[in-house]
Amino acid sequence: MNGVKIFDSIRNIEITINNHKEEIEKLDQEIGDGDHIFNILRGLQELLNLKDKLVDETSDQIFKQLGMKIMTTVGGSSGALFATLLIGMSKKFNPELNDLNNLSEMFYEGVESMKKRGKSDIGEKTMLDVLIPVSKTLINLKDESNISKVAEKIIIVAKDGMLSTKDIIATKGRASFLGERAKGHIDPGARSSQLAIEAICNQFINN
Amino acid sequence: MKKFVNEVDNILSESLIGFGKAHSDIINVNLSPDFVSRKNKPNKDKVSLISGGGSGHEPLHGGFVGYGMLDAACPGQVFSAPTPDQMEAASNEVYHNKGILFIVKNYSGDIMNFEMAADMIDHANQTVIVNDDVAVEDSTYTTGRRGVAGTMIVEKTIGSLAETGASLDECKNFGDHVNNMTASMGVAFSSCTVPAAGKPTFELSADEMEFGVGIHGEPGRRREKIKSANDLTKEILDNILEDLKPNNNQEVLLHVNGFGGTPLMELYLLFECGQKLLEKKNIVVTRSLVGNYTTSLEMAGGSFTITKLDENIVNHWDSPVHTSSLRWKI
Repeated sequence: MNGVKIFDSIRNIEITINNHKEEIEKLDQEIGDGDHIFNILRGLQELLNLKDKLVDETSDQIFKQLGMKIMTTVGGSSGALFATLLIGMSKKFNPELNDLNNLSEMFYEGVESMKKRGKSDIGEKTMLDVLIPVSKTLINLKDESNISKVAEKIIIVAKDGMLSTKDIIATKGRASFLGERAKGHIDPGARSSQLAIEAICNQFINN
Repeated sequence: MKKFVNEVDNILSESLIGFGKAHSDIINVNLSPDFVSRKNKPNKDKVSLISGGGSGHEPLHGGFVGYGMLDAACPGQVFSAPTPDQMEAASNEVYHNKGILFIVKNYSGDIMNFEMAADMIDHANQTVIVNDDVAVEDSTYTTGRRGVAGTMIVEKTIGSLAETGASLDECKNFGDHVNNMTASMGVAFSSCTVPAAGKPTFELSADEMEFGVGIHGEPGRRREKIKSANDLTKEILDNILEDLKPNNNQEVLLHVNGFGGTPLMELYLLFECGQKLLEKKNIVVTRSLVGNYTTSLEMAGGSFTITKLDENIVNHWDSPVHTSSLRWKI
């Protein structure tokens, strides 16, 4: 893990999310208010702008600074939650561990912080329906030697989590105001989170 | 999209700069981090009231910064909660030695960002969460009711109490009390267009309305055919009164709020419908406010808000206020 790889991941996330811009916007307009995609893209662009400044820093510093940047530029629920994820991850960074071990522990801590910040858990039609299963699977597989295999598994877990939000009646966030009417719609935050995870996993598979 | 715009990305900052210049006698506008604060600082210790939320609801909240109401307001991007650094900077700017009271509409994003701000600031602070919208049933399974047009009534009345030098606890408790006495519900006749999106958030056909709509063009309770103003009033007020359970001869404040795209003529017509109906139910409207105060960009439609009045609330409603959008007795 280093600055170059971290910023490569952000670049890949930005490209993937951008390719699904209209789809995510439409999902949000169906059950939210349509601002999610703009907040996410604005945040990712702000992160990419930090590359020259941060690329040579230690990974924990990079995660922390990325989190602070998201916190101060994105706004809304997604800003607070993704900032909490990144800052949470920075706290668990341990240079002694290999990348998979390290990322698994960091991600687990980040997702736990998000659950606290959002007072939310799995099954409430949010991005956590993607992130919690991914974080649990990562912990289970953290000692695997074949990192591509882990990445392939994570892609499936993330997709299953994303699709599971379709049939849930939302109990958190804007979609909760819709009750039954949000049923049948995939949560836009779950979709963007799943796409981000897929982009990172593909990076590991292609290496 | 037909809007007055130069660059979509600059809408908020250009608007804030204009707002600051137009009301330079009352407020200062700070950019990056964005916040609006009072021009004339109080010359005494008082609880500092800070509100904020997504932009697109103007005049809420910046229009209510000034004597007798807010000390500062933090505008986020259109319909997106502001970020914690805005509230932190505003807190440092307007701290007057008696603590900070945040007034927050009950939306997940606002709650989370204000919580993060509360963690960051060193001053004693508390938060009043406004959740006056009865369109969404409150239950343990939901985020709860939304904060809508009743928010400005909470801001006006706590603002008045804070001017008297009341403590942080007193202001917090009074805010919760006013919130409990207040209920709102609205209906939308058209959607609105978030500038960054460039197209309407939802589509309503010519004879449809969204009943129980929120203030972001997010869908409400149900979509149905439009009705007469009297029928709509009855349906909305039934929901509000069921929540407030007023006594016989209860005195109330009746607020008709426009969402931005409905003429005042219709809003006054709606007030007439509401007043008449309340009179029949032996509810006495002794205070009134009609206009576009909590808007959703250019959305057509409006909402009713009722606050049950007691002596305290009336006094703090009637007291002097001098903001860009609400001004009396001063």
